[in-house]
Amino acid sequence: MKKNLVGNEIDVNEEGYLTDMSHWNQGIAQAIAKEEGIGPLTEAHMKVISYLREQQTKGAPLTIRSMGKSGLVTTKELYDLFPGGPLKKSSKIAGIPKPVGCI
Amino acid sequence: MNTPEDRRPVKKVCIIVSRGSLDGIYPALIMANGARMEGIEASLFFTFFGLNGLVKKTMDAMKVSTVGNSALNMAMPMLRLPMTIPFPTWMGAIPGVSAFATGLMKKEMEKLDIPPVREFLEMISDSGGKIFGCKLAMDMFKLKREDLWERVDDILTVGQFYEDAAGSGTHILFT
Repeated sequence: MKKNLVGNEIDVNEEGYLTDMSHWNQGIAQAIAKEEGIGPLTEAHMKVISYLREQQTKGAPLTIRSMGKSGLVTTKELYDLFPGGPLKKSSKIAGIPKPVGCI
Repeated sequence: MNTPEDRRPVKKVCIIVSRGSLDGIYPALIMANGARMEGIEASLFFTFFGLNGLVKKTMDAMKVSTVGNSALNMAMPMLRLPMTIPFPTWMGAIPGVSAFATGLMKKEMEKLDIPPVREFLEMISDSGGKIFGCKLAMDMFKLKREDLWERVDDILTVGQFYEDAAGSGTHILFT
């Protein structure tokens, strides 16, 4: 399905995750963040988001533990930055698919 | 079909951890961490043998129970054997078997990025989850607050546990 985000018609799935991560830009990130009740996005948010996009490009599985070990954010900071679902919400804002892991 | 009324979200899980083996504690840790990842509040209440997971001196040395565990055939694929091969229960009592099974299990868990007990508890605590010890079980095992992991939030009576569970979207899980 299509969704209008900052004037662009973007392909998203029924949960609102971008279906093609290359259609992402910072404006779209801000718009999704606002819908999720997060933000405005700061440099700290953006660091996490770029990291997520890098990991996704590499095909690396995402877990809270690996995020905590990345040296980028502590587990606590991650929860503070993206309250209400750190991995799910940050992935949505980063324009990557919903994480499927349980950890 | 569920009506929207029936589909009220889970807001909080209060998980009772009553078993003190490695396989006994992990389901609770995974469910609590998973809840926090979904934005669901979580608290863990360690009681009876579950306290083994909070005692500073024992929490890093928890073992898979190999005695009286008739489902150990599930672990056979870790030894590259078919899951249908039964694991004779008497073998579980041989010295070293539990340690061996524990090592094997830990290796598999590490591959899935499942942390060891202490690190897992730290993750849950960092995420805002609460860790509680049971007052009665502490008294029974002659444990003092200082015997427990430093980040335990509180020692609760059963009544206080239920008070903590108050709220319409709370679910109490027993493991």
